[in-house]
Amino acid sequence: MGIRSHAAHLLDVTELTKTFKGLHALEDVNLQLDADEILGVIGPNGAGKTTLLNLLTGYLLPTRGKIFFQNKDITALRMPAVTRLGIARTFQNIRLFGAMTVLENVVTAQQLRTEFSLPEVLLATGSFRRKERELVEQAMDHLSIFGLEDHADQLANSLPYGMQRRLEIARALATSPKLLLLDEPAAGMNISETDALHEMILEVKRRFHLTIILVEHDMRLVMNMCDRILVLNYGRVLATDRPEAIRQNADVIESYLGKAHHTAAS
Amino acid sequence: MNTKMQRNGFLVVLGATLILLVGLSSSGSSFWQGIFINLGMYIILVVALNLSNGFTGVFSLGHIGFMALGAYISAILTLPLDKKASYLPDLPGWLAPVHLDMMIGPFPLGFLLATLIAGVLVTLIAVVVGLVLMRLSGHFVAVATLGFLVIVRVVLINADEFTRGSHTFSNVTAYTDLWWVYAWVFIALIAVWRLKFSSYGRAMFAQRDDGIAAQSVGIVIMRPRLLAFAVSAFFTAVAGALWAHYLTSFSPKAFYFDLTFRVITMLVVGGMGSVTGSVVGPAVITAIAEALRRLEDVTLLYGVSQIVLAVLFIVIIVFRPGGLMGEREINFAGLWQRLRFRASVAQEGSAAEP
Repeated sequence: MGIRSHAAHLLDVTELTKTFKGLHALEDVNLQLDADEILGVIGPNGAGKTTLLNLLTGYLLPTRGKIFFQNKDITALRMPAVTRLGIARTFQNIRLFGAMTVLENVVTAQQLRTEFSLPEVLLATGSFRRKERELVEQAMDHLSIFGLEDHADQLANSLPYGMQRRLEIARALATSPKLLLLDEPAAGMNISETDALHEMILEVKRRFHLTIILVEHDMRLVMNMCDRILVLNYGRVLATDRPEAIRQNADVIESYLGKAHHTAAS
Repeated sequence: MNTKMQRNGFLVVLGATLILLVGLSSSGSSFWQGIFINLGMYIILVVALNLSNGFTGVFSLGHIGFMALGAYISAILTLPLDKKASYLPDLPGWLAPVHLDMMIGPFPLGFLLATLIAGVLVTLIAVVVGLVLMRLSGHFVAVATLGFLVIVRVVLINADEFTRGSHTFSNVTAYTDLWWVYAWVFIALIAVWRLKFSSYGRAMFAQRDDGIAAQSVGIVIMRPRLLAFAVSAFFTAVAGALWAHYLTSFSPKAFYFDLTFRVITMLVVGGMGSVTGSVVGPAVITAIAEALRRLEDVTLLYGVSQIVLAVLFIVIIVFRPGGLMGEREINFAGLWQRLRFRASVAQEGSAAEP
């Protein structure tokens, strides 16, 4: 494990590159994130936003570059190990354990921090019963933060869409992360739902002392909520700046509105 | 309160089973004893298969291979010395003097040891096989495990000095009775039940529902799969040992497609993912098969039971794809409430009448 000089950063990404069959999905992305920040990631479809999350969580391994989390090199770690170190995520197309109950979804994430041995499970020892009881109590408390406690015994895939989104965030937070990655949490939500989501994210950020990376298409949400915004285009970083600055940035405007004006003129 | 009710319900079922077993063994009816011994062995096979196929969704078609290994290993171990010398003369030197046929009073300690040794050895084999096969999913794992079944058969047929090849392996002592079978049924059901409602079980179901999401909450997919496969192989081998010491003679033919699909049918009918279903499935299929067999004897329409069972299977798959129990378990508390509700309704009705 290399000791690096950027001791202050929670997350330190250098020259992160991912190539799929010669196609650069992500190229030379540099990113430093400090604790307590909310970073927005925006960009047109196919800009590499989700690829970035997939690399940070170890779902994909980078072709090149380094990822340091709390000064630890996590570049080569796969998803379960990354989660254990404290990075949790949600998915663009909700991924719940559909045939399991709401409560079980959360307990399954929460048990990451509790060790069970096989003998104590098979013999149902006192310690096993105690730990199980504690897990369930914690999970119920956890669900009540998200207003899901009344649905604890319902199957996850029977929940309405908005609640599924909330459950997915609840489940991610049940792993006790330090860094939370949200992949388009507002997708498919109307304005009032998005505002409620905004409130909830700020609330859980405070409560769980989180640092957040938010990938989102909803500009209003991103601009209102984020401390900084990273703009991706064709796998490259176009800009990283405060929301007000991004709003004024000519490159960003161009990449979103297209070059139609230029090509028509030339 | 709910767990207490569940516990009481469980004790009632356990008590009823004990009374049934005492009744059966004292009745001396070898016909009914035989049916229940077979049923018990099927329950072990089905609940073990459920642990691997139902809980983890990794559909194995090779489990009967584990059963065959369990049967042969335990049978070789319990064979008395005099029979061993004449029956398996080519056994290697280290194995030839082994004879686990010792008794403590009426208790066949050797049989217990042989069963456990067979179980542990087969578990080790399952771990090695599983490390490779549990990386696969879907059709691939079904085909690969089927390959395992074929390999086991070929090995058994060609390992003459251990198994007498394709000849019938007989002279096995008939240790298996109702009590042996149902003691193991009890252990298997309790073990699988406890696994289901534990962190291990949740990991199994979670990675089955969504592998990527499971990894995102820290589950290493290989672990729950391998655990399920190994424990499942252990109980399947135990069922093999019981089978061997009940039938007392068998050949590699016994452990092949026929048995594989019978056990899978029972699993699917009962409900994949439900421990209760692993009792219901074998019970329903055994009852129907027995009834139809009687019908065959009367009507002389031999083969009709196979056809009816196949049609029944299709009907269940079409109308209840999750099996009779789905993934649910018997809920004693709910059952009790429903009974009380009915009783109170009946009382009110009768009170209102006059």
